[in-house]
Amino acid sequence: MNEGLRSAHGGSIDRSQVLHFRFDGRPYTGVAGDTLASALLANGVHLMGRSFKYHRPRGVLAAGAEEPNALVTVRRDAARETPNLRATQVELYEGLDAVSQNRWPSLAFDVGALNDLLAPFIPAGFYYKTFMWPKRAWHALYEPRIRAAAGLGRSPTQPDPDRYATRHAHCDVLVVGAGPAGLAAAQAAALAGARVILCDEQAQLGGSLLSAPASPAARELPGTLAALAANPRVTLLPRTTAFGYFPHNSVGLSERLTEHLANPAPDAPRERQWQVRAREVVLATGAIERPLVFPGNDRPGVMLAGAARTFLNRYGVLAGTRAVLVTACDEAYQAAYDLQEAHVYIACIADVRAENTASAAARAAGIPVMTQATVLGTGGRLRVNSVELARCADGLVSERTQQPCDLVLISGGYTPSVHLHSQSRGKLTWSEPLQAFVPGAAIERVRSAGACRGVFAPEAARADGTAQGAAAAAEALDPQRSGVDPAHGAPRTAAAPARAPDGALAGALPQGGKTRRRAFVDWQNDVTSKDLALALREGFRSIEHVKRYTTTGMATDQGKTSNLNALGIVSRALERPIPEVGLTTFRMPYTPVTFGAFAGVARGDLFDPIRRTPTHGWAESRGAVFEDVGLWKRARYFPRAGEDMHAAVARECLAVRAACGLFDASTLGKIEVVGRDAATFMNRLYVNAWSNLAVGRCRYGILLRDDGFVYDDGVVARIGESRFHVTTTTGGAPRVLAMMEDFLQTEWPDLSVWLTSTTEQWAVIAVQGPKARELLAPLVDVDITAAAFPHMSVALGHILGVPMRLFRVSFTGELGFEINVPADYGAAVWEAVWQAGQPFGMTPYGTESMHVLRAEKGYIIVGQDTDGTVTPDDAGLSWAIGKSKPDFVGKRSLKRPAMNAPERRQLVGLLTQDPKVVLEEGSQVMAQPNAPVPTRPLGHVTSSYFSAVLGRSIALALVSGGRARSGQTLYVPGASGEAPVQVSPTVFYDPTGARINA
Amino acid sequence: MLLINCPYCGERPEPEFVYGGEAHIARPKDPDSQGPQDWVRYLYRRDNTRGVHAERWRHTHGCGRFFNALRDTTTDHFLVTYKTGEPRPDPAKATP
Repeated sequence: MNEGLRSAHGGSIDRSQVLHFRFDGRPYTGVAGDTLASALLANGVHLMGRSFKYHRPRGVLAAGAEEPNALVTVRRDAARETPNLRATQVELYEGLDAVSQNRWPSLAFDVGALNDLLAPFIPAGFYYKTFMWPKRAWHALYEPRIRAAAGLGRSPTQPDPDRYATRHAHCDVLVVGAGPAGLAAAQAAALAGARVILCDEQAQLGGSLLSAPASPAARELPGTLAALAANPRVTLLPRTTAFGYFPHNSVGLSERLTEHLANPAPDAPRERQWQVRAREVVLATGAIERPLVFPGNDRPGVMLAGAARTFLNRYGVLAGTRAVLVTACDEAYQAAYDLQEAHVYIACIADVRAENTASAAARAAGIPVMTQATVLGTGGRLRVNSVELARCADGLVSERTQQPCDLVLISGGYTPSVHLHSQSRGKLTWSEPLQAFVPGAAIERVRSAGACRGVFAPEAARADGTAQGAAAAAEALDPQRSGVDPAHGAPRTAAAPARAPDGALAGALPQGGKTRRRAFVDWQNDVTSKDLALALREGFRSIEHVKRYTTTGMATDQGKTSNLNALGIVSRALERPIPEVGLTTFRMPYTPVTFGAFAGVARGDLFDPIRRTPTHGWAESRGAVFEDVGLWKRARYFPRAGEDMHAAVARECLAVRAACGLFDASTLGKIEVVGRDAATFMNRLYVNAWSNLAVGRCRYGILLRDDGFVYDDGVVARIGESRFHVTTTTGGAPRVLAMMEDFLQTEWPDLSVWLTSTTEQWAVIAVQGPKARELLAPLVDVDITAAAFPHMSVALGHILGVPMRLFRVSFTGELGFEINVPADYGAAVWEAVWQAGQPFGMTPYGTESMHVLRAEKGYIIVGQDTDGTVTPDDAGLSWAIGKSKPDFVGKRSLKRPAMNAPERRQLVGLLTQDPKVVLEEGSQVMAQPNAPVPTRPLGHVTSSYFSAVLGRSIALALVSGGRARSGQTLYVPGASGEAPVQVSPTVFYDPTGARINA
Repeated sequence: MLLINCPYCGERPEPEFVYGGEAHIARPKDPDSQGPQDWVRYLYRRDNTRGVHAERWRHTHGCGRFFNALRDTTTDHFLVTYKTGEPRPDPAKATP
């Protein structure tokens, strides 16, 4: 540490607690309470980063969240490497390891600075105009080079090992910002009995009071904080950024829990994201000092006046030894006085305004003051060593002087932080004396207090905070009030600031003519006043377009220091007042929020729920390969040693056709439809006729939307006169239940029907194949002979003493049963059936074989063979429709002429000429071979498999006028050439249904 | 995240609800007698209102009930929620 740069006493640091840290590999020391920026300054290090585009050396400009230059990567290990942190917000801890960014090979010598020499050739919009030719060079040269140059910082290469927490909270009053106004608002609201959350992005609460320790409010700060902490109605959240304002007073907070610790506990959450729903919100987010725009204003050592004051008063660090202050406001004079008291030599104050009381007072105090001043340039390379001042009156420059210095303090006044107010969709009003936007009418239940609405003086801000906090509490606690709905709240327009501001400037300092030197408006994105002028010359008028063309106000700082100056320059060039030029939209987040905080616990296994069937463990132990079907894990096939999927599926399919197979169908959606009017309800909803379905029988049901297109299908069993067991597709269960509820509640509330999802209540064990009856009969107490229990029957009974609903149904075309038992018995019954099946050659099969088996029979899968534009007739299912019913959902639509056009795509079978060729699902079906592109296809392949039992490939396809094309030859182009195919019926195996009725 | 006042349960956060489209579009009593234009209007035509919009919501992860709401589409503010079957309230007289 450079002892000469640390003040002897004062500030909120602990000089006795020395901390060691590294920056770009070099060891330094700081003290407890330092930020990385203050510790580096105390070591005389101003050079902290390189700018994005020109790689210019940059020092620290600000002391807080608005810092555009000093972006660093903080590294704990390979997995914990956080880029783009503002050195001004990184709390120092023992062993901190930080590296600078955007430079190679080192910060002091950066090859990329070549860009700076090329600056005249790479102005704004350069990317859009260059790299256009030769066309070939784009992929080979331009894009890789641009990608390498783009981006700030590097992402870590390892997965994030840390834990992130999420919390929902409710409060009467949320106060954002713990400066004088925020603290007063929290106190007043708590006093009124409100539950209060007070958050602040900094480690210490106090805001601007921490930079002005001599003020009365600052002296009271410890007592104020102690009283708030002791109040059980108040939650204090330091290190917590309110990053986003969402509808209905929902505010996102990001709390950093372990970032500041040298050795965080390994199981402690690193960050916590709060989702706060507040009845009322008080924004006390303060203001950000505005830089001045002049040539060479980006040299290390050029710093906001308030930042230098903060570094001195809060961190006990002298940012320089010989300073020049350039200002457009009174407030900055205090920085000069404070620094002077700390023995920094104030060489000169350059006030861009005319003579005023502040300039007179400084002169009286013995400091040389130049008014109507401007800055023509600065000298120095990695640190400023001089500043060229001049007087500029009526566009004429005179009295040029070169002033040696190692610190240039700049201030263009203060910009209220209206980010959150604007995010809440509140209006903004232009304040001419402030040269800034202040909060206008609110849309949400929110009010602003203190500097963020232009009330700057600490005492005035405190009074404003008290008033706003009390008003917020009164509204929050109003017994007449409901929720946070702002529609009925009184419209709240912020009153005019209580105290007249003391000067501000939005725009660039006058240069008295053309200058070749660059004046930076946006430090982070290297946007100069010339870039803005170029954008305007090229015809951009909307500030949103100027922003995107020049990139001003973009990047990680989102223009916190640059937006108003850019607006001022544009407004002057267009000769239109700033409110007419407009303002770019404020969007969340206020400062960057980590992905980890948003993800919370929703990572890995907790990213999405996983649904497993009762036989999951059994399948796993047999080496099943699983596939995801919605949230379900389903066994896809059961490979034996050396088998690939095709071999396993062929074996499984043949086993089902020859003997019997065992299949877990538990994922099928199941809905119990019960009630006096259950049959009426089913009649109105499904296309089928249900009144004539006898108890104990099943029917294949089709559900349409009212537009006539197939929505879902499944077997429906009539368990009793007023009880139906409805099955749906695996993926369709929730939407079918939702549709049922919709019609029941809103169209037919007169019907007495109850709907219950029973998907997870039943385990469904499918036993399919010619041996199914023989092996099952001894296990059940139901007569399942062919005569007593024909295809499409249902019976209640027991299997091995377990209650069951036994269905005789088949999705394979074989004699088959589906045993429904309570899910808790699923695994045991499955195992018992499996054992009973052993003498019969029973084979477990998975979803892939199920797909082949059903395709061999031409059974459709809704969502695979249909796509939301398929009618029952298109799918060949007209036979299922109850023709005599007066109405059902979708019936009227089926009569529309377009729904019966002969050229509609109809489901047909396709047989390839070469039986070994398996078509690609999704392939187009063409009428002619080698059709020129583009040609309108006749349709597409929806399902395609190799059928082991048929010894050839089979496919289903939707083909225009397909059924009338039976026997025709069509063509299916694919990756390995075009396959001629013959149109066939959709049932490839056992078309008479002899096996299913066995 | 919106805060929605379910007429059966009170105020609950938006993730508990599913939006159900425009309200007060009754399914014709006798669809078969509907002319093609009327039927297409029932199926597909919606107002896309700028301003006060009557819409359906379902408290799916709560009571499961459908209800209606008047919402100002320009501000996202709910003016009133009411039960299915009740007439559309006058927004001027609405109380939340």
